[in-house]
Amino acid sequence: MVGLKRAHYRETRLPMLLLLPQLLVLLLFFFIPAVRALSQAFVITDAFGTSVQFVWFDNFHRLFLSPEYRSAAWITLWFTLVQNILTIVVAGALAFATDRVIRLRGLYRSIVLLPYAIAPVIAGILWAFLFNPSVGPVAHVLKAVGIAWDPNRSGFDAFLLVTLAASWKHICYDYIFLVAALLAVPPSLLEAAAVDGAGPWLRFRRIALPMIGPTVFFLVTMNFVYGFFETFAIIDAVTHGGPGGATMILVYKVYLDGFVHIDLGSSAAQSVLLMIFAIGLTLLQFRYADRRINYDV
Amino acid sequence: MVERARTLDIACHALLILGGLLVCLPIYFAFVVGSHTVSDVLTIPPPWLPGRHFFDNTVTAWQKGNLGRLFLNSLIVAVGITVGKIAVSLLSAFAIAYFRFPWRMTAFWLIFASLMLPVEVRILPTYEAVANVALPLQWLLDALDVGRWFGVEITLDWNMMNSYGGLILPLIASATATFLFRQFFLTVPDELCEAARIDGASPMRFFWSVLLPLSRANMVALGIILFLYGWNQYLWPLLFTTDKSMATAVIGLKNLIPQSDSEPAWNIAMNAALLVMLPPVIVVMALQRWLVKGLVDSGK
Repeated sequence: MVGLKRAHYRETRLPMLLLLPQLLVLLLFFFIPAVRALSQAFVITDAFGTSVQFVWFDNFHRLFLSPEYRSAAWITLWFTLVQNILTIVVAGALAFATDRVIRLRGLYRSIVLLPYAIAPVIAGILWAFLFNPSVGPVAHVLKAVGIAWDPNRSGFDAFLLVTLAASWKHICYDYIFLVAALLAVPPSLLEAAAVDGAGPWLRFRRIALPMIGPTVFFLVTMNFVYGFFETFAIIDAVTHGGPGGATMILVYKVYLDGFVHIDLGSSAAQSVLLMIFAIGLTLLQFRYADRRINYDV
Repeated sequence: MVERARTLDIACHALLILGGLLVCLPIYFAFVVGSHTVSDVLTIPPPWLPGRHFFDNTVTAWQKGNLGRLFLNSLIVAVGITVGKIAVSLLSAFAIAYFRFPWRMTAFWLIFASLMLPVEVRILPTYEAVANVALPLQWLLDALDVGRWFGVEITLDWNMMNSYGGLILPLIASATATFLFRQFFLTVPDELCEAARIDGASPMRFFWSVLLPLSRANMVALGIILFLYGWNQYLWPLLFTTDKSMATAVIGLKNLIPQSDSEPAWNIAMNAALLVMLPPVIVVMALQRWLVKGLVDSGK
């Protein structure tokens, strides 16, 4: 039996009772909604909700042909990719430095951790203010040095702004894991390498990096999950997907098409595609769980 | 440290100071703007140092945003999610790790399948589920045509919009915590359970007197993560609370942000932003060690 304690009880009624609350909540707010999304993806409902027509893959077909959806998919890809690289590189550098310093280590760690407490929407608001063309201090500096900056008009500026805000919010997460992983690298290995004449950088690259490799893999997956699904609030607070769809990520489009444009079939089809993607990411995470055991970190 | 490398150490400190400054920059300017009057905020160049109106603005923000009520809502929702999810997960993890019963593996897979889909991808149908929790029962009744047996039409309606239940329950519906507790239970020595059984303890007695006290550290660590998760929720409260007095603090803050055509009261908005982020920041700062433990454990 998978995951069963060697010392266990043989009863039927009690465990069923214990599982009941979880299964009930899951049924109502997880399984039924997921099945509904699946079924809605294959039908078209008219504007008054009176007639429902089964249309096979029409909703998906429409989606793949729609330039807006394709552009949103590209933007999401770029957004998550840039955010991912920025987050893991900065977090990695900070973790390496934290691992190295002795004095003030606790203080540094507390400060870098701070954004973990801050809601994504607040992170978005803070950055939107800094870069607000009329009142923002950073926007003022940019203007003073002659950089034209207006996230309300330029799609590139808006994209940059949400990417920065999203990374700022998420660096702390990667940082926590990387610091913990670096701490778990056996000192004896590092000392032995140092005795053999390996410098700090060589030790990091040849010993620490391979040992924290699985953690990095895990974090990259988690960064994708974050970028795809949890940045909704940042987009909603900063750009609403604009200007001209330049920051329209897929999750925001599901929301917009479902709740604002009331195109239920399309929104459901988009949900299904995202679900497939989410399942893929979860399976990747399970691979991480396997690899951890091999590396024994 | 293995060897002395002065330049590298200085570079490391410099890097960390730079990182710290970047983290603090937006928060510092929120504080600066939050302590000025509207007209000061609109001057060019914008103010770089804090002004003297911080507490005036706090009072204004508190009243304008109805933050007293919204903070209470946020607290109820965050605590509700924390306590609810931990309780539900502990029980189901106990059942799955410690009992052998028919359908055990089915229950196991049903629960862990929910790990795969984040809330955000099933927004619309979950919204429907909250708008009428009794909907599935209605389908059943319709399918069986129960109404006709009695000659009446049965309409079930249980709307959870604008209620704490609607804000809390859908967010409990994920197995992350169950997974964590199950992992932990698997590391608890088998001898404890055997000893409890020899002493004549019932399964629930073993759960209460042995397993729960052992899980305390995990419960605290997970509790912090869930509290932050609950307090910082955005999408759910945005959709489920049409009644302004049932909104959460984060939603209230969003409504204070100046839109381009209205009066640019950034000072009030940024002051409110600091207020709304204060409770989670205090939690993170005070319980940092536990938070780190919780995160690293839940990533396993």
